[in-house]
Amino acid sequence: MKIHVKYFGQVAEAVGKTEEVLDLEKGTNLQDFKTRQVRAYRIPDPHSVQIAVNQDLMEEKDLEEGDEIAFLPPFAGG
Amino acid sequence: MEKKKPKKVFVSGAIPPEKIANSIANHQSKTEIGAHSIFLGQIRADEIEGKTVKAINYSAYEEMAEKVFHEIREAAFSRFDMTCAHIYHSLGEVKTGEICLLVFTSSAHRKTAIEACNFLVEEIKAKVPVFGKEIFEDETHQWKVNR
Repeated sequence: MKIHVKYFGQVAEAVGKTEEVLDLEKGTNLQDFKTRQVRAYRIPDPHSVQIAVNQDLMEEKDLEEGDEIAFLPPFAGG
Repeated sequence: MEKKKPKKVFVSGAIPPEKIANSIANHQSKTEIGAHSIFLGQIRADEIEGKTVKAINYSAYEEMAEKVFHEIREAAFSRFDMTCAHIYHSLGEVKTGEICLLVFTSSAHRKTAIEACNFLVEEIKAKVPVFGKEIFEDETHQWKVNR
């Protein structure tokens, strides 16, 4: 299944791109996917990185075809 | 109903002082209002390890941020008896001394306007996916984290 991944702020800087489309095994768990990306791209300070799935913050989910996964470093608005 | 309409929050670059003056002027016809509260976020020239911040470059997960701004605004309306609320946030580069956030609340009475404004500012800082790259005078950078 294909998912759309977006990276922001210092995560995008570490990854070297702001988005990509990945082909995952159906039912891949969100935390497993996060761990995989953290390792693959050596994303710094992973505990501070929150994940949004389809624009909602989430910690647990079985990913589905077409999901939009965003890696969000600490917020700094205002 | 004004409060149900999603509003565009992001502006490119610094928020000009004229926008703040215009916001005040635009409320003069709403004579049920007795109090406005205005919060302005300004870029501070922090000094970190001998280097001085000259600007912040803001980026955002825009689609999610607009949604969260809308939710925060709706929450403020259900919690406080406000007449209206306006939020503007910068994207892109904002230099030190310039304004990057405008929160403008209006109500019949001052306490509601002030409390609603505080509520909105704290919620924005905690919940909206906006990211800030602090640019130093030597063009190096670090990433800002809200405290």
